[in-house]
Order: sequence, then structure tokens, then C-alpha cells
Amino acid sequence: MTVRWQNIGGKLPRLPRWWTPAHTAAAVALLVVALGILPVLKMSLVVNGVFLGGIIALGAIGLSLVFGILNFANVAHGDYMITGAYVAFFFIDSFLPLLGIEGQGLGPFTFGYPLLIALPFGALAGAVAAIALDSLIYRRLRLRGANAAVLAMTSLGLAIAIRGLAQIIWGTQVLSYPRESRQVFHLPLDVRIPPDSLFIAVVAIILVVSVYLLLTRTRMGKAMRATADNPDLALVTGINTQRVIWATWAIGGGLAAIAGVLLAVSQAQLLPIMGWKFLIPLFAAVVLGGIGNPYGALVGAFIIGVTMEVSTQWINPSYKPAVAFAIMIVMLLARPRGLFGGSGPG
Amino acid sequence: MEFAGILDYAVGFVVMAGIYSVLALGLNVQWGFTGLFNIGIAGFFALGAYTSALLTGPPPQGQFEDFVFGGDWAQTGGLGLGIDLWFFLGIGAAMLVCAAVALVIGYVTLRLNDDYLAIATLGIAESVRLFFLNEKWAANGSRGLYNIPQFLEGWIAPDKYDYLYVVVVLGVLAVLFLAMQQAVRSPWGRVLRAIREDEVAAEASGKDVSKFKLQAFVLGAVIMGVGGALYAHNIRFLSPQTFDPLLATFIIWAMLMVGGSGNNVGAVLGAFVVWGIWTGTQFMPGVFKDPNFRFFMIGALIVGVMLLRPGGILGESRRTARGRTAAARPPETGDGG
Repeated sequence: MTVRWQNIGGKLPRLPRWWTPAHTAAAVALLVVALGILPVLKMSLVVNGVFLGGIIALGAIGLSLVFGILNFANVAHGDYMITGAYVAFFFIDSFLPLLGIEGQGLGPFTFGYPLLIALPFGALAGAVAAIALDSLIYRRLRLRGANAAVLAMTSLGLAIAIRGLAQIIWGTQVLSYPRESRQVFHLPLDVRIPPDSLFIAVVAIILVVSVYLLLTRTRMGKAMRATADNPDLALVTGINTQRVIWATWAIGGGLAAIAGVLLAVSQAQLLPIMGWKFLIPLFAAVVLGGIGNPYGALVGAFIIGVTMEVSTQWINPSYKPAVAFAIMIVMLLARPRGLFGGSGPG
Repeated sequence: MEFAGILDYAVGFVVMAGIYSVLALGLNVQWGFTGLFNIGIAGFFALGAYTSALLTGPPPQGQFEDFVFGGDWAQTGGLGLGIDLWFFLGIGAAMLVCAAVALVIGYVTLRLNDDYLAIATLGIAESVRLFFLNEKWAANGSRGLYNIPQFLEGWIAPDKYDYLYVVVVLGVLAVLFLAMQQAVRSPWGRVLRAIREDEVAAEASGKDVSKFKLQAFVLGAVIMGVGGALYAHNIRFLSPQTFDPLLATFIIWAMLMVGGSGNNVGAVLGAFVVWGIWTGTQFMPGVFKDPNFRFFMIGALIVGVMLLRPGGILGESRRTARGRTAAARPPETGDGG
């Protein structure tokens, strides 16, 4: 499985070779239809979909990187998310109050500044857990020459174990970060934005830009791209593939953990099953963008996020995961490699 | 507990372990023999259970039943022969529905990388669950179905029904087991294993890999549908909560991995062992009683097997073309090398 990294860094993506005037016509037609739908759409849903897309993106970029570099579908990714969310909860609920740090309703937000302290620790926990699980488990399997299916299978076991552990420690009841209700911002076109969403957007933008810079501007980023393209070649050119793998897990686990905290903030609740449930939009975004293509995962995340929210205008909101799934199936039928070409064979 | 009580418990245990064995056999066709990663067993489990329950059960009655359709085959499906033929018709319908859904999902995803199948099965399981949860007209939503008929009801005292049903379950299991053993030993089964080991080589040998994968996926789903139907007529209550990922997907994976994937005896053995651990730990003191600990244990069991004993308890017996074991094979005669 190789990854197309040429879209990353430097030049804007050029029109692919298969692009014909028919494609241009289809794109224009799609645009016209989209413009036609626009007046009917509740803009509020579109805007909230963009924020949901930001959370999906943080999970999906890491998932896509792991997919590209380690070559397997990490079904524990949603549970790395709740790891971060619960560790942050531990800090906010148990540890920081011991130091006298408490509070909620910081500025326009529902949460207090303890969340700002807990967020990096949650990310750290996600990254460390991902690296530790790799050293303890995945590394041994790789050395044994286990195939992708065995690694995916193992990640299923880990997903169950992580959730079980979270349930042992924190129980299965609904938790939430300490919060104070806040007025939503009213914008024109009846757009209502919860202030927390702005925080989510800022965090997501900072992280996405950081990952982009890391992949394009650093030696490690270069090594990661090389390893994704051809692990054996990367190894003989002196790239420390083990370090590359750990860096991948650190980014993937860290981003997932932050996504978990943000999800818990935006939904105002924290549940062990949230991670498993979130896998469907995550994978849908990855497939949409092309497996192994973090750039595509970003775009896919926003498409999935907006469609999920907008669909609630007509469909029962609890069908949101099914909507993400349906988009993915349509995508697999129409363009199996995703919008931007990934490594999945067509 | 006196002896009769223990026996009652043991028979009830065998009924459930037998139903799980059927599901594990279905998964074994998909994962064990073909390497297809289905993490949405719950979807087919639920489809099979709901199909049979809705077709054989009575139409809605009373104020707590909001759904619109009940086939009532239990009353009409005996075809006037006076025997409970409807039970098998219900199982057959469950098989058909699972086959149809698996065909669509498999057709879309199996032409592609295996990873897509895993993601699609995850999606189908959640979509099926959401459907039965939200569409009250279909199967009474979260209130569930609770008038599911029993096979040969009245032939035996209701509190001893397990003694009758255990025969039915083990009978169905035996038929499926023998059929699967035949299938695996057949040339068709050999192609599946070839695909699992090396897809490119199988393709290069002129095998239509996607077609074989699709067949294996559909066959596995059909067997899961049988398991679902057996389950519905045993528990006699279905709700979307019945099919949560732990007891309808994860535990079946643990069963197959522990018993030995790629081995039908292993699948059945694993179902009995893991169901034994699962139900047995609730009688143990302290942390073992905690359902969350048992949840964790299922995951740890899968990871542990993958790390320490990838073949499970039994592992896969290695077979060569003419039924000889690898060790008994005569030395290679010089055809190059």
C-alpha cells in the first residue's frame, strides 16, 4: 500500500490525468444543485456541521496517518479519543481541585480554565498510550511478520480492553466536564453558534496547521512520508522506521485524545461508548479523502460533518452515523480511491 | 444448589453456548478461512433474529405494541400438517434476509481492499440497530418484541423448555458443523484458504478472488442469521439493546480467536470456553463480578491470544492437497530450486 503524498506540501494539486470535460460538467452541475439547495438549507446546521467536521478531522487525520504508515485499520482509534477525554476528566474533576484549581464558565465558554490545563495532559496521555501499546503489542506482532488483518484484529481487542478499563475506572454513567450554561451567539441568517464551538474551531485549526507544517517542513515529517511510500526503501536509506512509527502514533494518539476532549465539550457529555460510535464518521472521512491521505481526510471530515448535521433537517438526528455510512458507501461505489486518491486499490 | 438445579443451569448454558457456536462458525467462514474482517456481526445477528421473530410472531396486540406487522406463521405456518414447520421457515427467511444484505455490502466493498469491508460491516451493524431503535412501526422500537413463539411449545413443561430446545440447537449446530467441515475440505474451501494466505497468488492461479470472497462473506452472514433466529426463539424477547457490540460482536470474536480461527472444532470449543468464562466469572468474588471488568477481559483475551498463541487453543490443522499432513509429505523431488 503506497500513499500519494505529492498533494502534501508545495504545489496546489493539479487536475488529475483522468479529468475530462465531462468531469468539469458534472462539477458545474453539482455546484448549481448545491446553490439551488442553499436557500432551503438552515445555515445554522451547515455552520454546526463545520464545527463537527473539525472534531472529525482531528480524529481522521491521525487515523489516516496510521493507516498509511502502519498499513492497518486501527479500530481502537475511537477509544484513544475517550482515553484523552477521560484523562482530561480526571484532571478537571479530581487532580486539579486538589491544587485548588477549579472553575467553569471561563469568559463566553461553558468550561473553565482547568480544561485548558487538562487538554494538553489528555493529549499527552493519548500519545503516550498509543506509543506504549505499540511497543508492548504491535511491535512484537510486526517483528513476527503479522499481516494487516492480524494487526486490525488486535486493535479490536485493544478497543474493547480500553473501553472496559475506562468503564472500570469511571463507570458507564454519563459524565460531563463542569459547565455553566452560556448564551449562544446569534448571527445573521438565523445562525446560532455555541461559544464552545469557536474554541473547538481554534484548537482544530491550530492543530491541523501544526500537523501540516510537521509533515512538510521537518525531517521527521519527510521520514514519515518516505516510510509511508516504501518502508523497506526508507529503512535502507537509514531512516529509523521504529521512530517514524512512534512519531505516527504520537501524532495519531495525541490528535485523537484532543478530538475526544473536544467531542465531550461539544456534546456536553462523556460516555465510554462515544469512541466506538465515533468510528463510523472517522472512517467515512478517511475513505472519502482516500486512505492514507491526511489531506483528503481533512476535506472528507468537513464533508461528513456538514452532511451529518444538514441531514437532520429532514432525517431523525439519531440517524447521523447512518448518514455518514451512506455517504461512504456511495463514495466506494463512485470513486473507491476517495476524492483525492489514496492507497486503496480500486 | 441441588443436582436438578445444576442440571437445569447446565442445559441453559449449553443452549446459549450452542447458539454462540453457530455464530462463531459463521465468523469462521469469513475470518478463519477467508480472512474477511467483519466487525459488525451484531448486524446480521439482529437481522436474523428480528426477521424470524417478526414473521413467526403474532401481529401487534395491546397498547404497548406499536409495530404494524407480525407474520403469525406460528399459527398459520404449520401448513395444516400439525407440526411446527414454521420454525424452519422462520430460520429460512432469516437466512434469506442476511444473504441479501451481505450480498449488497459484499458487492460494494469486496472488490476493494479488505479494510473497506471492516468499515462497512461496522456501519451496517450500527445502521441496523438505529433502524430497529427509531422505526417503531417495524419492530416496536426500544420496547422490543416480546411475544416471540417457541418451537414445539407445550410439548414440555415451560420451566423445562431448555431440555427440548437444547436438542434443537445442538441439532442445527451439528448440521451446520458437518456442512462447514465438508465445505472447508472441498476444493472451494481450498480456494478460500489460498485467498487468505496470498490473494495475489490465488488471483494469478486463475481464481476469481472477489467472487469467492463474496460467496464466503454471504455464507458466513447466512449462518449468523441462523444463529440470530435460534436466539430469538430462545430468549423470546428482542430489543435494539440486545444487540450491543459486546455480546453480539466482540464476544464472538473472542470465541473464535480463543478456540482457534480456521478450525471449526475450535470455533465451537471457543464458544463454549468463552461463554463459560463469561458466565462463570459472575459467580466469582470481587472484581470478577464487575461487568466492566468482564468487558475488559474480553478485549484482553483477544489481544493475549494474538500475542501469545495466535492459533488459539486448537489452531488450524494444516492440510495439503491430498489430505496428507505436511510432515508426512514426501521430500520434494527436484523440480528446480
